[in-house]
Amino acid sequence: MTTVRNSTSVLHPRKSRVLTAVMALYLAYTLLPLVWLMINVTKTQPALLSTPGLAFGGPFALFDNIVETFTYDDGIFFRWLGNTLLYVVVGAGGATFLATAAGYGLAKYRFAGRRAVFAVILGAVAIPGTALAVPTFLLFSKLGLTNTPLAIIIPSLISPFGLYLIWVYATDAIPDELMEAARIDGAGEIRIFLTVTLRLLVPGIVTVALFAVVSTWNNYFLPLIMLSEPKWYPLTVGLNQWSAQAIGAGARPVYHLVLTGSLLTIVPLVVAFLLLQRFWQSGLSAGSVKQ
Amino acid sequence: MTSTAAPPAARRRRGHGGRGWIFVAPFLLVFALTFLAPIGYAIGLSLFREQAFFGGTAFVGLDNYALVLADAKFWESFLRVLAFLAVQVPIMLLLALVAALAIDSARLHAAGFFRIVIFLPYAVPGVVAALMWGFIYGDHFGLAADLNRLLGQDLVQPFSGSWMLASIGNIVTWEFVGYNMLIFYSALKVIPNEQFEAAAIDGAGAFRTILSIKLPAIRGAVVIATIFSIIGSFQLFNEPNILRSLAPNVIGTYYTPNMYAYNLSFGGQQYNYSATVAIVMGVITAIIAYVVQLRGARKGM
Repeated sequence: MTTVRNSTSVLHPRKSRVLTAVMALYLAYTLLPLVWLMINVTKTQPALLSTPGLAFGGPFALFDNIVETFTYDDGIFFRWLGNTLLYVVVGAGGATFLATAAGYGLAKYRFAGRRAVFAVILGAVAIPGTALAVPTFLLFSKLGLTNTPLAIIIPSLISPFGLYLIWVYATDAIPDELMEAARIDGAGEIRIFLTVTLRLLVPGIVTVALFAVVSTWNNYFLPLIMLSEPKWYPLTVGLNQWSAQAIGAGARPVYHLVLTGSLLTIVPLVVAFLLLQRFWQSGLSAGSVKQ
Repeated sequence: MTSTAAPPAARRRRGHGGRGWIFVAPFLLVFALTFLAPIGYAIGLSLFREQAFFGGTAFVGLDNYALVLADAKFWESFLRVLAFLAVQVPIMLLLALVAALAIDSARLHAAGFFRIVIFLPYAVPGVVAALMWGFIYGDHFGLAADLNRLLGQDLVQPFSGSWMLASIGNIVTWEFVGYNMLIFYSALKVIPNEQFEAAAIDGAGAFRTILSIKLPAIRGAVVIATIFSIIGSFQLFNEPNILRSLAPNVIGTYYTPNMYAYNLSFGGQQYNYSATVAIVMGVITAIIAYVVQLRGARKGM
């Protein structure tokens, strides 16, 4: 009798106000910069410099700021947004495709050299991007790829984390019997992948895609070294250029545009994460789910 | 039906196994171009040196490595990120762990809301995070300026030499607590319920359950998160590079090893030496990651 009551109390304990209050403090810290940003994108540049950070002040200029962000310097922000979208669609899309195919191949086929492939990929993950970025730049500059979209897209195509996640996911999610049945029906391996097994991998694929999109969208170091012309910049490098404009001789500060541009850069990803919550949260934990 | 089909299926699987290469080959091809080729190229570069007067390069063997290992700038930047990670990584992972345990405990009101909001900063680009915090730290119109005005003295100076590392640490912590929380939370979710029931029968309370069941169960996730955090700290670049334009006197060209390698290449055209710095950092990082993994695995046994 007591054991039953104890076990339910461990699995379904009462809500704690103290714990909730402590966590709410951390929540406030998490939200502080975002709230600060949302307040300050509504200000004109003079008001930004003269009013307290966590209070509204001056005329409400959010819409003017958005218009100016998109029209400033012949609409370069629009160009950066287009570049970012290009790098994300091709780079993250390609990364998801390659990781899905390779993770699936490693999980469901026993071929010679399979262990070697896995060892090489794991070993390479331990090597930090630091060691790779500058040599990659030099190599790409020899190949004539620097200052082109390909210089950003090609390195974005590899996601070892994505491969690992699909590998673990496919091992559990795809029964061998299903593939055997399709083979008996005379389907080729690629057709089996496209028509039978791919849809079973969807939660894993959405997770990999989302994380690939985030890392491509947020990419800064690689475009910084690869690109020399603003016309190829993604949003991240462009925003920092606007920010750096405020420093030095001939400074032209555009703080209000940096803030508005920052907000516009964040919004699409936050919306994607919120809308796709159900997928990526199940995809992340599915790797280690026990039957 | 399945039992009669089993023997041919086993034979078939071996026959079909080789076709796995169709799926793996495209990944490996791009992987070779973006990982293996640059590593090989970097090793090649590190063995040569630019000739000052005659142009071209000359083979110098391991001379560049000897120079890096005796380079005071390199060690200063290395010790700085070492100090950074010794403080920042434990704080970040502890916060993430507490958050994950709290959200998993079922004692929290609106746990789902907490989970998504704490994760949210991960979706904010590092550049934007650094820009936002940079503004907040600022003495023009930042919160630091507001706070100092409130206090009537310049107490809070996030851009000063003694504050800077902590200021950067705050940005990195803000960005990645949620990501690590999610790793821990995912690991907590898959602990079988029977273990908790057994603990309850033994009369274990909430803290006892955390110590004897939850923490051991997510050890693997903690080791992985630690390794990734260490690698991330050694690669520190974005945040200091962006804050540099706000505090150029505090953040120099070799504030972190990654900034040093970058500035050697793009400020000084010393490509061979830059590649050597990058390789040395890569080797050190790989060794430390390997040691952490070994220790984590041994404790697990």
